[in-house]
Amino acid sequence: MTTTITMTPASISETAVTRPKLLIRNLHKHYGSYRALDDVSLDVRDGEFLALLGPSGSGKTTLLMTLAGFTRPDSGSILMDGQELVRTPPHRRNIGMVFQNYALFPHMTVGQNVAYPLKLRKMARPEISRLVAAALHMVQLGHVEERRIDALSGGQRQRVALARAMVFEPGMLLMDEPLSALDKKLREHMQIELRALHRRLGVTTIYVTHDQREALTMADRIAVINHGKVAQLDTPRMLYERPRSKFVADFIGESSFLPVDVSDGGASLYGVPLHLAEPVRAGHGPHFLVLRPEKVDLAAGPAAGLNVIEGALLDVVYQGDSVILQVRLPDGSTLAVRQPARQDLLAATPEPGQALRLALHPEDTVIVGDAA
Amino acid sequence: MLKAQASDTGITHGGRLWLYVATGLVLAYLVLPALLIVPMSFSGSRYLEFPPRSWSLQWYQAYFGSPEWQDATIVSLEAAALTTLVSVPLGLSACYALRLTTSWVGRAVGVALSLPMIVPVIFIGIGLFFVYARLGINNTLLGIVLGHTLLALPFVVITVEAGLKSFDMNQEMAARSLGASRARAFFDVVLPQIKLVIISAALFAFITSLDEVVVALFVSGGENATLPRLMFSALRDEIDPTIAAISSLLTVISVGVLIVVQVMQARRG
Amino acid sequence: MTAVNTLELSRDTRRERVRLLLPSGPGFAVVLLLLILPVGWLFLLSLVDGAGHLSLVNYERLLQPLYIRTFISTLEISAIVTGACVLLGFPVAYLLSQLPPWLGSLGMIFVLIPFWTSVLVRTYAWLVLLQRRGLVNNLLLQIGLITEPLQLVYNMTGTIIGMTHVLLPFLILPLYSSMRAINGDYMRAAANCGAGPTKAFWGIFMPLCTPGLTSGVILVFVLCMGFYVTPSLLGGGKVSMWSMQIESNIALYSNWGAASALGVLLLVVTLLLLWGVRRLLGADRVYGDA
Repeated sequence: MTTTITMTPASISETAVTRPKLLIRNLHKHYGSYRALDDVSLDVRDGEFLALLGPSGSGKTTLLMTLAGFTRPDSGSILMDGQELVRTPPHRRNIGMVFQNYALFPHMTVGQNVAYPLKLRKMARPEISRLVAAALHMVQLGHVEERRIDALSGGQRQRVALARAMVFEPGMLLMDEPLSALDKKLREHMQIELRALHRRLGVTTIYVTHDQREALTMADRIAVINHGKVAQLDTPRMLYERPRSKFVADFIGESSFLPVDVSDGGASLYGVPLHLAEPVRAGHGPHFLVLRPEKVDLAAGPAAGLNVIEGALLDVVYQGDSVILQVRLPDGSTLAVRQPARQDLLAATPEPGQALRLALHPEDTVIVGDAA
Repeated sequence: MLKAQASDTGITHGGRLWLYVATGLVLAYLVLPALLIVPMSFSGSRYLEFPPRSWSLQWYQAYFGSPEWQDATIVSLEAAALTTLVSVPLGLSACYALRLTTSWVGRAVGVALSLPMIVPVIFIGIGLFFVYARLGINNTLLGIVLGHTLLALPFVVITVEAGLKSFDMNQEMAARSLGASRARAFFDVVLPQIKLVIISAALFAFITSLDEVVVALFVSGGENATLPRLMFSALRDEIDPTIAAISSLLTVISVGVLIVVQVMQARRG
Repeated sequence: MTAVNTLELSRDTRRERVRLLLPSGPGFAVVLLLLILPVGWLFLLSLVDGAGHLSLVNYERLLQPLYIRTFISTLEISAIVTGACVLLGFPVAYLLSQLPPWLGSLGMIFVLIPFWTSVLVRTYAWLVLLQRRGLVNNLLLQIGLITEPLQLVYNMTGTIIGMTHVLLPFLILPLYSSMRAINGDYMRAAANCGAGPTKAFWGIFMPLCTPGLTSGVILVFVLCMGFYVTPSLLGGGKVSMWSMQIESNIALYSNWGAASALGVLLLVVTLLLLWGVRRLLGADRVYGDA
């Protein structure tokens, strides 16, 4: 007879109760002249899966470590369920954490590892047994309780680390690139598993990764971090479709950038004004048109209401599931256009050197500034 | 076989013959003296000779039968045991603290802990003698243990430091994230995994104290003379063959400890 | 808008720093009370004359011929012993480092055994072996190399043989590990470029192991200078070393002024040599692993 850990399953949908679980306010952390965290503020909703995404050195790990309590910020506040945590030592924060290399204790069995936080909380032995069994069952490792750590595979160790971090029903779960040590296939499998597990348990989870594909797959919202600042906090879809800076547009997915001129809420490319779905919020510095390869199409006819770009075909690259058309634009820059490798499109593939007209829907026409 | 290539640069075994012979001779020079004393200590005649013309346990009997030597042995063993019991926890806790801290004070403490290795022993000896004279603890077990602890500390710290270097401190962080305080994390997670390192450090401290001569010369004496102290005085006067028996026993202990440490190192991988 | 809590957080940092350093307190106290304080005290003693006034008379006395002879003798012996250690130790370290690791470790056991054996035991062994009727003389007589037993002990010869024996592992051990750490690719690259074994050795290998060699040499030299046990037992009174001078000043004359001045000088020279090497090589080459 197995028991499941009692947790409130949260329904992660647009109509979810979005009370903030975690309020991060004005975190600063510098090392000498290097700013690891530069006035970081963000709200984390109860039960959500938030990814901290950014290149190495962006500050995402520093932020996670600050939340865990291993790094002390210079100033700022961390409120979880209304309680100020920033001055609390890590062992009193009641936050579960999964490390990159799992950090399991090799001198203890799997069961002893998972039981450890419960022993620290001075629970009764039968209670501990029950919870350990439930936690291991939850990660589908109910049969390995007696094994030693070195007898487990990488994927199994990762799950034990997860069970250990969850068994004491923490208020929040922090994960520091937990899948980076696994091979590609296993990683993708674990991504789906973790996501499913999160849906079932509803624990607020903050997940650090440098892999944007991983973030897009797993997270409810993603905070893109760069140079110690939050560049954009949004759902995966909004980050992809509506990036608010060149950095975010470049970091998430692939795109080409064409410089545009902005004025009065509008933008023009090569002097020709573009049809936009919403007015441009102009900032300082240069602005660019974001061109995602799959959003651009070969214009069939007059293409009224669409944004048209003239160019000539340079090369066709077959990719199995799609075909990339390398297009040369009037100003000399190259654009990548992706078309699905469907037989009707393949049959109509133009020849290199041929002049092309590319069409872009106003909804897909995104203008970004260069600032952060 | 002499023509076979011995290295990547093309030198042959024949070309290296002189090196093989020289190395063999030097290694013999290093190892033979202390080892030769062992069979010589079983010499039946009045003088030590190799190989002994007759075998006898007379020198061992002289050693075990002499109250003076036995008292000194007990003092040495007590001092070594106490030195180990004091220096290992002190060195271990200091080493761990230095591992965790990032401040410059830690570095200063680290330098201080290595001083007993840098300052010439003779100077440490007279310094201790001077201070002990004022405290009235010359020729006491306490004085000997304190002095030996001072000398053993750097070795304990170095041994533990080397062991901690290969320890994954993420485990300590993981333990703390699960609810363990710094102390709990140390005792539950770190300590059980560095057991072999601590045993090595303890053996190092024990041997250091047992064999220590210079400081013992100054601060041990009379009733509380250590074994090396007594041996030194005896050697000053004459080459008493009893000392050969004592030396053999000490050599066996040393080699035994060396083997244990090597085996433990091999087990750690 | 939250009030800025920089002050509290920095106070927390400071408090934590103290808490983390606390376990090193007892160990530090031992060194402070038993080493730093006495050394400081002796330093002050050396600056005071018989009547208790501040004076350099103790140091001036060190300029007397007796002491100068001792210094020179100490330097001579240290230089000879260090040279002998390099001569004997370098080939051994080299060969063992070039052999496959298991064989090298086996050879190193021969170096570790004397290293772990008491200095007193080893010195005694040489006393026994180098006697007029000792093993060495007997062997040489048997072979016919000599007709009369040589005076091998209770003189400088015995002292040098004994000290070299004790200090040789101190050269071989760091040299071996620094040689082992030299990437085999360098020598292979040299061979590839056309260098023969001798050229590759002197041109590539030697410069690469110089740091390990230098730190080993300085270590041995410094230990030689402060050596007491072996020279006093094997020297037969004919060998006068710095440390023996210190000891006799205390034991025989209770002359704390002279002894402390000698000690301070020895310490200063030791520190200068060690610091000099550190500067030459960079700190982690001397104390750390190669």
